[in-house]
Amino acid sequence: MADPTGRAASAPLTGHPLTGRDRLGDRLAHGLRAYGLIAAMWIRSTLAYRASFAMTALGNFAATALDFAAILLMFSQVDALGGYTLPEVALLYGSAGTAFGLADLAMGSMDRLGRRVRDGTLDTLLVRPVPVLAQVAADRFALRRLGRITQGALVLGYGLAAAPIAWSPLKVLLVPLMLISGAAVFSAVLVAGAAFQFVAQDAAEVQNSFTYGGATLLQYPPTVFARDLVRGVTFIVPLAFVNWLPALYILGRPYPLHLPTWLACAPPLVALACCALAGAAWRVGLRSYRSTGS
Amino acid sequence: MHTGRLYALVAVNGFRRHATYRIATAAGVFTNSVFGVILTYTYLALWHERPHLGGYDQAQALTFVWLGQGMHMVVAAMGGGFEDELIERIRTGDIAIDLYRPADLQGWWLAADAGRAAFHLLGRAVVPMAVGALLFDLALPADPLRWLAFLTAVALGVAVSFAIRYLVALSAFWLLDGAGVAQVAWFTGLFFSGMLLPLNVFPGALGEVARALPWSALLQVPADVLLGRHTGRDLLATYAFQAAWAAALLAAGRLVQSVATRRVVVQGG
Repeated sequence: MADPTGRAASAPLTGHPLTGRDRLGDRLAHGLRAYGLIAAMWIRSTLAYRASFAMTALGNFAATALDFAAILLMFSQVDALGGYTLPEVALLYGSAGTAFGLADLAMGSMDRLGRRVRDGTLDTLLVRPVPVLAQVAADRFALRRLGRITQGALVLGYGLAAAPIAWSPLKVLLVPLMLISGAAVFSAVLVAGAAFQFVAQDAAEVQNSFTYGGATLLQYPPTVFARDLVRGVTFIVPLAFVNWLPALYILGRPYPLHLPTWLACAPPLVALACCALAGAAWRVGLRSYRSTGS
Repeated sequence: MHTGRLYALVAVNGFRRHATYRIATAAGVFTNSVFGVILTYTYLALWHERPHLGGYDQAQALTFVWLGQGMHMVVAAMGGGFEDELIERIRTGDIAIDLYRPADLQGWWLAADAGRAAFHLLGRAVVPMAVGALLFDLALPADPLRWLAFLTAVALGVAVSFAIRYLVALSAFWLLDGAGVAQVAWFTGLFFSGMLLPLNVFPGALGEVARALPWSALLQVPADVLLGRHTGRDLLATYAFQAAWAAALLAAGRLVQSVATRRVVVQGG
């Protein structure tokens, strides 16, 4: 850990003061590197107990698979839900599940923040020369969450293969773009939720409404839901950009709100905006932190 | 008489312990309500395609959704409550102290869990149900006797839920880390209680098996009692089904407990 602090201290002495942009880039690189190191440490410790890891990863896979089993049971009774067939719903389910799974793997530990604030262990993180966000996010990095990602990806693969899609180069490009942007949007929600926990420590469960609740909502086609609910998750908490807008474009289905088609390519921009807002919320939260003193 | 008072006291304290976390309770109610709204729309779509699916009309299906959200914590469908604590005590060896106490281990935790369930019924079930009834058209009965019958079914459901989770916790005597068993138990419970989809929508043999398993006593049975699908003698048979599972599973817990305390060396240090 001596390297980054050493570099920061010595930079002005070399006669090349860092510009604002360099500083942001440097901080980001430093944070990511620290995140990587801490996560790698937890992965090593997880893999020390391989059988336990295999079981918990399998459990993680099975727990989310039951969700999809419920959808399969629904389709054993009907041919379409909200006008969407099983492969189309599978595409929505798989894209929401994979995006949320990726965010859960990267940032899922954020919801332990409330406990850290309560028991005062956040103080330890504040005195280390590593960004607090990187430390909290990488804390107890849970590799078992690959189970959820695998399950989502399998369902997504089935959806992409079985749904009638008129493929174009743009649509092919949109698939990975959708997953990465979606993961970024969900990560932003997790970080914003953690920032909220600085204020309301016991209210951690509220963020489940937006994370697990959001992921559940996006598994189903927007035609199922009331117009106002769709408006809310499009314009207020922009979860619709995780998969609804790009996936409906891939499927060649109209979005219920009559938005311009090019918005299907907007998820990366929305994700960037969400991450910036979440970052700002995190800073405000961290500044307002007062230790319990115990 | 004296022991009766002891367990009543433990139950009251179980209630008060969970009643302390008011903001967490409010947050939980909010989340239950959000999930209730999301599930309501998926059920509306499903019952729009197939009216009277599983013998429910639309209002009954929506009532099932909101009952599920309300009962979620009461019957601890996703675990929680006491078993994490008991597993921890077995792992650290503190269980040795518990076994010295002049109170029955199973009875003690059952009383504490009953207190918890009573609080969650008031704190976590009433408000989501009210939210659901305000937003949507639910099939809630006006007959107070029906509600009484429902509460009886809930109490039996809590007993079955406790008995299952007690067995889960006791597995820690052999496995030390109960996390894996607890995880398997909660997703099995979630699926087979009807939390994800009512069991009478499950097709064919799967449905019949699911309705015979103990988890159906947690949500499916109480919901059907409230919806008036079990009345008269059928209601008594339904209670007998729940009570039989509760008795069998509690007896199994007692058996496993006696084997565990006799054979297993308590972790020390």
